[in-house]
Amino acid sequence: MSDAFRQGTIVNPYERLNSDQIQHLHRASLAILAEPGIWCYSQRAADLFASAGAKVSETTEHGQPVWRVSLPAGLVEEAVAKTPSSFILGARDPANRLMLDAQTPRIYFGSGSETNVWLETEMHTFASTQAPEKTLRIPQYRELRGSADLLCRAANLCEHLTHLDFFIRPVNIQDPGVDETNHDVNKFFASLNNITKHVQAGLTRLESLPDVVRMAEIIAGGKEALRRNPLLSFIACVFKSPLQLVADTADKVFAIVEAGLPLVISSSPQGGSSAPIQEAGMVAQINAEILAGITMVQLIREGAPVLYGSVPVRARMDDLHDLYGCPEFNQYNIDCAQLARHYQVPCYSTAGVGDAKVPGAQAMFEKLFTHLYMAMTGAQYIHYAFGLLDRTNTFCPVQAVIDNELIGKVKHCLRAPKIDEDEAKAAVAMVNKVMGTSHRLYARHARKAIHAGDVSEPFAFGAKDQQDRVVELALAELESIDRQPRKHLPQPVVDEIFDRVPGILPSLRQWT
Amino acid sequence: MNEQEIIEKIAFNVIQGRVTEEDEGYDEGLEGQPAVAELVQMVIEQRIDAKKVVVNALTGSMETVGDKFDKGEYLIPDMLASAECVGAAMDLLGPHLADAGVQSKGKFVLATVAGDLHDIGKNIVGIMLKGAGFDVLDLGNDVSSERIVAQVKDTGARYLGLSALLTTTMREMGAIIKTLDEEGMRSQVQVLIGGAPTSQSFADEIGADAYCRDAFHAIDILKQMAG
Repeated sequence: MSDAFRQGTIVNPYERLNSDQIQHLHRASLAILAEPGIWCYSQRAADLFASAGAKVSETTEHGQPVWRVSLPAGLVEEAVAKTPSSFILGARDPANRLMLDAQTPRIYFGSGSETNVWLETEMHTFASTQAPEKTLRIPQYRELRGSADLLCRAANLCEHLTHLDFFIRPVNIQDPGVDETNHDVNKFFASLNNITKHVQAGLTRLESLPDVVRMAEIIAGGKEALRRNPLLSFIACVFKSPLQLVADTADKVFAIVEAGLPLVISSSPQGGSSAPIQEAGMVAQINAEILAGITMVQLIREGAPVLYGSVPVRARMDDLHDLYGCPEFNQYNIDCAQLARHYQVPCYSTAGVGDAKVPGAQAMFEKLFTHLYMAMTGAQYIHYAFGLLDRTNTFCPVQAVIDNELIGKVKHCLRAPKIDEDEAKAAVAMVNKVMGTSHRLYARHARKAIHAGDVSEPFAFGAKDQQDRVVELALAELESIDRQPRKHLPQPVVDEIFDRVPGILPSLRQWT
Repeated sequence: MNEQEIIEKIAFNVIQGRVTEEDEGYDEGLEGQPAVAELVQMVIEQRIDAKKVVVNALTGSMETVGDKFDKGEYLIPDMLASAECVGAAMDLLGPHLADAGVQSKGKFVLATVAGDLHDIGKNIVGIMLKGAGFDVLDLGNDVSSERIVAQVKDTGARYLGLSALLTTTMREMGAIIKTLDEEGMRSQVQVLIGGAPTSQSFADEIGADAYCRDAFHAIDILKQMAG
């Protein structure tokens, strides 16, 4: 295994909170975990916490047992301190591995959300009713039900999006022949057979984990090879906000950690309904939930690689739906990224979600507003960033192509300044040279920077006439990507997977 | 280095856009090697025919650069770098060109009109014109109508290029053309105008001979005028 990994972009983090404010939030989270503590619906997790010194009492709620767990501050702080601050997320292509290091604000962007709707785009020509000779090309959209084939197409698209660093499936598979029992093997196979970047997903069914791990081991080249190059990882939303530890997900966390694979402990409270809308309250609560989850992971296996997964959102006050592209979203998420850095745990964060139902000006605002801010925080692993529309309900591949362009610009903007003594001397020499000419133009001295890749390209989907052609041009780019050959797994690997992993749709083999 | 090698190296360095030896080129690692200025100095010292340099090294290589620009391989800074190389070579060869039978494509007076300090576009045009083989007299910016007309008269220029960036100053262009007319010089000089607020209709309105969108358009128009 080489030491290669995707370089990402190392940023100079924007910090919203000062050190006193971080301490206030930290202490508030510990206070919440001590009193009222967490409502734990998993006996196994409750026993684990109890064995580590937590105060646990069993009670009944709606006729079901629930364990009230009060976590002492020392237990949480000790567990968090044992969490690795850096680790690798693997990939089929070693050059696509990710280096997550809590001490280095190296940002990566990826997809996400597992939507049910795929939004297909077509350009239609419309004539003016006042002047029929005047025509406009306008995008029209068609909703498709998520399927395994569309997931393959999404993975191939994401393989070719230069600024996408990792893949969380953006579309659900709802094919006939797919049910809960074979959902996991199909979603992981469709993904891994079409992308060479890191693949991450939630686990639908605990019992599927051995099959998924076997598939990954076949691809990686064995058990040890998979642990050295964990080309897949898992998302575990173990807390249902507020503060309720879910039994089903807790069982999955045990299994994933025991399997020696990385995972995200993700929490997504909604400010105004399942968490306070006020910044301090929201961040203190989500931080408490994540810290409790990380504590559980470290109690299962000390040193297990885990990401601090923060997805705080706020409610719209008119319908209580999630509201992503708003100032509070950035505030909550920036604070969480700072807390993760404080705890020295790599941060899984969120950007690029909004209310917009189709690509356009609203989507552009909501996405760029969060892409830029979350990149500035230095959160290592930013998901949801490609193609999502209608909050997290729709995946639009054209929008993913546009997002790739936006994220490329954001990454370029946040590159470290190239300023040192040599650069400063070179600048003075250049000024002297140009001022010695009659035309006093710096244009030809831009060439070195252009060739070094330091000069960004203009917005890729800009038009030169008085029309907005962003969607039309992005669609042309998407069609070009769709024609690219797919980077499938080698045939013998596919054959072995089909031999040893039951339940994969035969149609997925046709892609090879 | 023999004559053939020097001429080939000049052509190479024009394409690379390297005026002097400390310049970087389009390709990596050329700094420190002789560039157009040093190579043309060798031409002069070795009494190599200046016409061969113009025909075999400068003209052909600028056509190559133009092709690269058209294909999107080169950007404007690359074009300007190459044009500067040709301009520098022509300046150095100047006294020897007439002896070698090389004729300029014509005297070109260039100026930003009175009241206007903007000269970036005008300077780019100047570099490109020089690179294309014109004898350019750049009067600078904020140049009075009287001075422009006087310079056209004194030099017998065949071309006058006027630039303005402001709607308040572009009207000066019409005044200059009117003065050229009144002084009986209008038929001796072709007037080309350019700058953000100008347009073909404005050129028509003030009686200019051509409106140029940019430096490349200006070169195309001059080719058409030369016929």
